[in-house]
This record gives sequence, structure tokens and C-alpha cells, in this order.
Amino acid sequence: MAKISLAGALLAIPGLLCAQDAANGKKIFLRDGCYECHGYNGQGTVQGARLAPPVLNAQGMIRYVRKPAGAMPAYTDKVLSDQEVNDIYAYLKSLPGPKPVKDIPLLDQIK
Amino acid sequence: MAKKTSKSPVGRRGFLKGAAAGAAALVAGPAGLEAQEAQAQAKGAATTLPGARLAAAESSPPPARVDVYTTDRPGSDFMVDVIKSLGFEYVLANPGSSFRGIHESIVNYGHNKMPELLTCCHEESSVAMAHGYAKIEGKPLMIMAHGTVGLQHASMAIYNAFADRVPVYILLGNIADGTWRRSDVEWTHSVQDAAAMVRDYTKFDDAPVSMQQFAESAVKAYRVMMTPPMEPVVLVADAVLQEEPLSEADRRSARIPKLTLTSPPAGDAGAVAEAAKMLVAAEDPVIIAGRAARTPEGLKLLVELAELLQAPVQDRRFRMNFPTNHPLFGGGSIAQADVILALEVPDIWFSTHSMTPVNKMGMESRAITKPGAKLITIYSGELEQKSNYQDLGRYQETDLAIAADAEATLPYLIEACRKLITADQRRRFSERGAKYAAAAKKAKERALEEAAYAWDASPITTARVSAEIWNQIRNEDWSLLSDVNPFFSNWPTRLWDFTKHHNYIGGHGAYGVGYGAPAATGAALANRKYGRISVNIQCDGDLNYAPGVLWTSAHHHIPLLSVMHNNRAYHQELMYIEDMAARAQRGVDTAKIGTGLWDPNIDYALLAKAYGVYSLGPIENPNDLGPAIKKAIEVVKKGEPALIDVVTQPR
Repeated sequence: MAKISLAGALLAIPGLLCAQDAANGKKIFLRDGCYECHGYNGQGTVQGARLAPPVLNAQGMIRYVRKPAGAMPAYTDKVLSDQEVNDIYAYLKSLPGPKPVKDIPLLDQIK
Repeated sequence: MAKKTSKSPVGRRGFLKGAAAGAAALVAGPAGLEAQEAQAQAKGAATTLPGARLAAAESSPPPARVDVYTTDRPGSDFMVDVIKSLGFEYVLANPGSSFRGIHESIVNYGHNKMPELLTCCHEESSVAMAHGYAKIEGKPLMIMAHGTVGLQHASMAIYNAFADRVPVYILLGNIADGTWRRSDVEWTHSVQDAAAMVRDYTKFDDAPVSMQQFAESAVKAYRVMMTPPMEPVVLVADAVLQEEPLSEADRRSARIPKLTLTSPPAGDAGAVAEAAKMLVAAEDPVIIAGRAARTPEGLKLLVELAELLQAPVQDRRFRMNFPTNHPLFGGGSIAQADVILALEVPDIWFSTHSMTPVNKMGMESRAITKPGAKLITIYSGELEQKSNYQDLGRYQETDLAIAADAEATLPYLIEACRKLITADQRRRFSERGAKYAAAAKKAKERALEEAAYAWDASPITTARVSAEIWNQIRNEDWSLLSDVNPFFSNWPTRLWDFTKHHNYIGGHGAYGVGYGAPAATGAALANRKYGRISVNIQCDGDLNYAPGVLWTSAHHHIPLLSVMHNNRAYHQELMYIEDMAARAQRGVDTAKIGTGLWDPNIDYALLAKAYGVYSLGPIENPNDLGPAIKKAIEVVKKGEPALIDVVTQPR
């Protein structure tokens, strides 16, 4: 997974300016079990919300991970650092969005 | 029960007594002696000196044992007559010595027809196959098992069927009389009270000690089983009764009683009228369907009621209750409802309350219904509840609880509602229905948009797999035989048009893993004669419990398309361990230990091939999936099973 551009990757995390590493984010996303509920591509499942493309910004994602709503377990910084969440965010942002339904014949015919 | 005595080694049955006495007379001397003795006794000569026969017997060496090797009518033949009278299409068994008599009689005396004996590789498979079959056919199958080790194997599947309120007729072999057990095998395979082990989750059992009792208990068990709430029953067939000749007395007088099924219990007229009044007066009624539609008629009735009231149906999908493409499917809100009608919902608490999820400490439960909301339940489970196993759910306060079978009650409820509805109400209902129809249309559009995410991903998304299967079966008469909620993220429910009762059979009952493959095979067996395309989305962990059922499907030519949901994990448990690790703030990267199914990856196509099932895969490229499904369906249409191993996303 290619790193995203530095300009786009620098985010204002309180007290810290972090570079985002999408490749490392993917590794953590798989290693720490995010995929279990959200799918390998962050597409969402019946167990967890769709994450890609992200609707929150990186800071919002960090806040949510620390104190989630619903059934998601809380990941404290003892098990997942801000930098790691930041990298996960980069991974999710790097994923392609969905094709329109009209461009997928199998889905289009279900309408 | 026949008694073995040391005095008469061959005289255990009335049938044999004639032959044994004849043989004894030959040893004791001429028949004239016997006649003399008989005459003496007739004259009251009991106090006189011993008769000539007795004197001869006492002074002669003991009679030689007379070996009887054969019989023209073992007791098991009569038992098979009884079994045949109950109309089972198949009997399922992993062979066992304690029911070898009946096994032989089914095959030879019964000509292996009605029932036909199918070979299973595990008793859990036998029961789960019967479980799946009953949900398609509306009729039970019989399974046979040892009273001990076989029943122990079968027990989890029996619990599933019990919790799913499905009839399964279980015949156990046992040697009740210890003096007849010929080896340590027979001692360890025998039991005092065979059914005790499963009595907590069966509806009726008996261990008959005579042929007449066997016949009566067999018919009674069938009737009890088929009266809602339907549940498994157990009948013990004593091995001595099976294997020894049918007695002369039984030949003359044993009879099979007539089977008359009960009419299912319908709701009390007054209570039904009250329910109708509440439903018709409601502003926002919601119907929750659990196991509401036992039969195709139940589905039609639920559609009729929903349309009459223009009330949305929230389907728990324990059965094929309601068409998924109906505008009233899945809509409405429990939180907004002023009247809720729950039809055969065993754990209504979970529909009406929120609970603290597993990610947080403590437990708080809150009603999600609005103040003043009324709850009506129609539930046959009220008529028969057990205590030890807790499938009964938490006590739910209700405003009207009708202890009855929902399907049997629906015609009366529909009629009662129809009588009350005014023209104004009908207009209002119509407006309400239009609102739900618009919401259902939007929900379908949203489902399609969501299915498009990660469409080309590998592992393949469960949405893509569902769409690919649907594309191949949508113009066929099809039947989905596996639980897709939530293992497959509900995608078939969201994307496919489930319209007929046989399109879906619900899930495990008690979530006992190992149900999926055999239940789908049993249901496919029922579908075979109707020429339906049977589809099973098969979880990988589930198949590993008893994969021998694949051989059963190949050997008995049961057409079934199995598409593996190969997410390479016991995924529900993986998520739970992840939860526990996050709660404990440690090791969120090690939840895979003890829950993963990789290293090595299991090759399910190879597994299926080993059992004689046509197979393809593992498929990882989503573009390969459609052609593979097409090829597999061609095999299924020829009457054989096929399996496609698909490496999938977790859910």
C-alpha cells in the first residue's frame, strides 16, 4: 500500500503532528482485529459500521475508538496508540469507493 | 419383557413353547406317559405318588439344550409394521447393534421403502437432517441410535430441534435385561433409563416392555410430537423384543392403534376478539414474527393479516414467515408502536428491551417501547415449558397473552379484525401502508448501494457471494437452507426475493454449531422430489463438526448446492475474544489464538471430493465465482450434491 502524500497526510492531532502510514494502517487493521466486524476493506458488516471511506476525520476516529457507541469495544491507548489509529485512518482513506450500482449488472438487475 | 430362565433355555416365547415341549417329550419318553400324568392330575391326584412322567424326568439326565436358530417372524417385523403405519418417508441412522433387529427388518421385511434407510456418519447428522427435512416437508423423519453412545452423539442436535420446535422421532436401541447382554460392549451400550439424558429437551418418551405397549406408545409419541409446540420424542425399542420371535399371543392379538392427529390449539374466542379490538384501534401496530408460519398456509395468513391492518412485520426469520419483497416487510419501529403483536416469539424480551452490550461492564436492561404501548402474544410455547434448559427466555409483561398456536389462531384473528374495520379506518390504514411501502423501497435501494462496497475485494464480500448466487437461482424454484442472520450479514434477506414458504427454513434453534450441513442436507432431501434447487451457504466451522454428511449426500444422491462461507475462523468467538481483550486493555492482537481456522488453511473442495461430492475452489477471485456457481448448479440439476469453496470476508 503506497503512502499518501505528505500534504494530505499531516493532521493536527492535539500536541502532535503525525504522518500517516496507510501500509502500516492496513497491517494494524488486520493485526488488531478491526476487520473482524468492519470487513477487510472497511465495507461494514452486520456486526460493524462501514468505515471506508471514512466519514469522521482522524481526530474524530480517535475519539470514537476511545469511547465508542453501540457494541464496539473501547480500544484504549494501552492497546492502540493515537499514531496507530491515525495510520488505520490513512488505510481506510486509501481504499477505493464503491462503483455506482448501475455499473454493476448483478446489482442493477435486482432493483 | 421376555424373561430368560435357566429351567427353559428355549422357552422364552410362547411361540417356542410348543416346539420346546415337543422336544422335551421326546427326551422324557413316550407321549403316553404324559397323557397318564395329565389324567392323574385331572382326577385330583396331586397328593398321590409322583406320576410316571415326573418320576422318569427326575431319574433321567437333564434334557439337552435344543438350539433354535431361526424364526420366520422376529419381533422387529411387528415393530416395523408399527413404524410403517406412521408414514415416515425415511429413517436415518448410523448403524448400531442395539437396533440391529429393526435395521434388518426395515431393509428386508419392509423392503426398505416407507421408510427407506439412509446411512449417516454421525447421530448428530441424523437428527439435524431430520430437523431440516421437517421444516421443508412439515412431517417428521425417524432416526435410530444406540440408547447410550448414539444418543450422546445425537443430543446437541436434539436440543437444537427442541428449541426450534421441530418434530423428530427418535428410536433408541437398548438391552434392558442385564442377563441378555453378551459382552462388555453390550453392557456399556445399555442403560436403565435411556431417555433420561434428553428428557429435559424432548416432549415425550417411553420404554415399552411388550409389543402392544410398543405399538401404543409409538402412535402416542407421534401424536404428542405433532401437536404444537412440536418437539422431538423418544421411543426405546428393547433389543430382546426386537430380536426374539413374536409370541403366539402377539401374533394373534397385537394391534396397531389408529393415529389421529390433534387439531392445533387455537386461541380462545374472547381473547382473539380482544386482540382484534386492540389491533384495529392502534395507530402504529407492529407485528413481530418468530416461528409464526409452520406451513405455507401460515405465510399466506400472516400476509393477509398484515395487509388487512397495513401493519409492518418485523420478521425474526426463525421461519419463512413473510415475503421479503413485501412492502410491509421489516418496517415499523418497536419504539414507536402503540400495539405490538408477537407471534410465536420465544424471547420477546429481546425485541422490546435494550441491554448493555458485551463491550461494557455491568448490565442494564431498559424497555424500548413507549409508555402505554400494549403487547399481545400468541405463543404455543406457553403450553409446554421446561425448566432446566433456559430457552424459555426472560419473563415478559404482556397486556394479552394467548396460549395457542399462532398459525391456527390467525384465521380467527383475521376474521375478528375484518369485522371491526370501518371505512375510515381502512383509509387510514392505506395511508399507513403507503408510508411503509416507500420506506421498503428506500431500504432496498440502500441495500444495493451498500452491497457495492468492496465489490471486487478478495476475500470476497458476503454481499457479492449473495448476489452471485441469486443471479443463478432467481428464475428457478429455489430453497435457501442455511441461517444467514447474522453469519452472512443478512445479505440474502436484503437482496433476494423470498416469497414462498420453502424459500427459507430459519436457523439452528439453539445455535448449536454443527447443525448447518446436515440440516441443509435433510431439507434438500425433502426438496428432491419437488425438483427444487436447494442452496446452502455453509459456514466453515460448522462443516468441521461432522463432514461425513457430505458422503451421505453423495451416496444417496441428494442434490444440494453448498457454497462455503470460508472465513477461516470461528468468527463469532473471535469477535468475543477481541471484546474481552479490549475490555482488559491487552492483547487485542492475540484473539485469533484458539479461534482461527488457518495454518494450514482447510481445503473444503478437497474435503468434498474425498466424500464423493463434486467440488470447486478455493475461489478467491470474485470474478471466478459466477462461473463456478453455474457449473455447480448444473451438477445439482442432475440430482447430485456440489460444493464450492469460497474464501470470504468475515461477515
